[in-house]
Amino acid sequence: MTTDQVIFIILSVFTLGTALLVVTLRNLFHAALALMATFLGVAGLYVMLDAGFLAAAQLLVYIGAISILLIFAIMMTRRLMNTTESAFNSQGGASLVTAVIGFLVIAWAVSQFSRVLPQVVQKQVDMKPMSPDVIPYIQSSVAAMGQAFVDPNGFVLPFEIASVLLLAGLIGAIIVAWPKAEDEES
Amino acid sequence: MSFNIVEFLKSLVGLNVSEYLKTVVGDQAWVNFVSDVLGVVIISTFCLLIVIFLIWLERKVIARMQDRIGPNRVGGRYGLLQTVADVIKLLIKEDITPAGADKVAYWLAPFLTVIAALLIWAVMPFAPGVIGVDLDIGVFYVLAISSASVVALLLAGWGSNNKYALLGAFRSVAQLVSYEVPMILALLVPILLARSMSTVDIVRAQTVPFIFVVPLAAVIFLISALAETGRTPFDLLEAESEIVSGFHVEYGGMKFGMFFLAEFVNTLFMSGFFATMFLGGYRFFGLENLVVGGDWAIGRLLSLVVFFVKMFAVYFVFIWIRGTWPRVRVDQILNFNWKFLVPLSLALILTIAVLDKVIPADAGIYARSSILLLANLLLAMIAIEIMRTVARRKRKGSSVDAVLDVNEVEHHTHDAHHEVAAAH
Repeated sequence: MTTDQVIFIILSVFTLGTALLVVTLRNLFHAALALMATFLGVAGLYVMLDAGFLAAAQLLVYIGAISILLIFAIMMTRRLMNTTESAFNSQGGASLVTAVIGFLVIAWAVSQFSRVLPQVVQKQVDMKPMSPDVIPYIQSSVAAMGQAFVDPNGFVLPFEIASVLLLAGLIGAIIVAWPKAEDEES
Repeated sequence: MSFNIVEFLKSLVGLNVSEYLKTVVGDQAWVNFVSDVLGVVIISTFCLLIVIFLIWLERKVIARMQDRIGPNRVGGRYGLLQTVADVIKLLIKEDITPAGADKVAYWLAPFLTVIAALLIWAVMPFAPGVIGVDLDIGVFYVLAISSASVVALLLAGWGSNNKYALLGAFRSVAQLVSYEVPMILALLVPILLARSMSTVDIVRAQTVPFIFVVPLAAVIFLISALAETGRTPFDLLEAESEIVSGFHVEYGGMKFGMFFLAEFVNTLFMSGFFATMFLGGYRFFGLENLVVGGDWAIGRLLSLVVFFVKMFAVYFVFIWIRGTWPRVRVDQILNFNWKFLVPLSLALILTIAVLDKVIPADAGIYARSSILLLANLLLAMIAIEIMRTVARRKRKGSSVDAVLDVNEVEHHTHDAHHEVAAAH
């Protein structure tokens, strides 16, 4: 086994184990902590895939923002200490169907990928004696990603749509939080 | 090439031991591994030990500013061993876990805080080539780690089973999450100018230090760094008169010591980061490339000294601010952030980005810098003018307006009460 494989197995066990804890722990706060650990494990997998930017974004967005929001929600809505919810509910059938469908979709996607994969590997083998114009491209994957975001042939449309969506959310939040006119008079 | 003790000592002073060893024993995997491990040990030990000095420095400087002498008994006239004595006291204290505390959260929090405080040093460029790892997303990495470290505060506040600790944690999280926004926006400006997120590239791009190109971004970053480290005037996290001492009220002994330590390590990091992003890092008129006697690159050591001087100069400013400024109120803190710093930094980014494109590429570096500097000063003047107008309107407003304002504040607190009641 190579070092990469050992690290991959450790990360996968960590990610899956903490994910299992999320759904089995009875204390909601601890479940939220386990969810953070899961996100951390996923970030580790991204690092293994040489996707450092994605890993940092995962840390910033999922642990730094979404998990904090989750914990705030738990603290605001439940009694503070000793929240012990039952880990199970009566929606086993529906979730089974969803899980099976989700698994099938992912399995199909992965099988498609494995058809593409040999070509990608072959391409990398072909590139082995790296030509000077390929090296900077590979070294600055962040710059390549940034250019792809604003490239008309790349992802400029989804990128712009996402920013419009975020802006709408921002304005919506401000309007919701705006003091109402009749409130001020009362 | 055989081992030569003089060459070895030279490389030791020149801070390139690992390159020298590689020329001696060949480029082998274990050399890399050993030098990596050694680097980690040296950087983390440095961070942990420098805190002893930092605390002494802070107490001494603050004391001088307040016309006191400060520590002067333990360890000679200057009280140099005062902090060592304090650390020993913290270490031999009984380790207490409060009744009803959530043990997992309570124990995890101090460790996570220190880990996060140490992790970010990995991308700090001390001198050319003296850096943990030169990530191409260096600045983003720092932001990601420090935003994830907020979790530790929540853990501490929640795990202690104490209402003051929880209130303190809520305050801290609100403050840290909010001030992250202007901090990221301010850091985007040097990133934009250097066209890279790697800390080394940003230092290399600063032929003219960025504080002379985009002083506004530097000031915004300094303010949000003060808030991010929870220092005066943003030390609401441990406002003794309001919430005892914040999220770590239930911690004692070395567990408290670890929070304290992380705070100082973070402050020093922010000083170093400011020096890196805006003061040109280890650069000082080409001193970093100095070579003595043909092959002895002494420049690395000198640039390390330069970096430390810059870092401690910024750190002194932090202490200075602590010694002279009063604390702001909790509503002022968030208003100042969302209604002033964020719009200002957004305007700044827009201006810099447009100007950077508009200025012809063949304009010299000094022309380019002075245009950007002028734009910055103009923007700062406009911002101050807007603030002045608003403040004057508020002051001149009729007394009816003032009463309305008070009512509004009261109303909001009522609302908050209702929300809390509804939640329960």
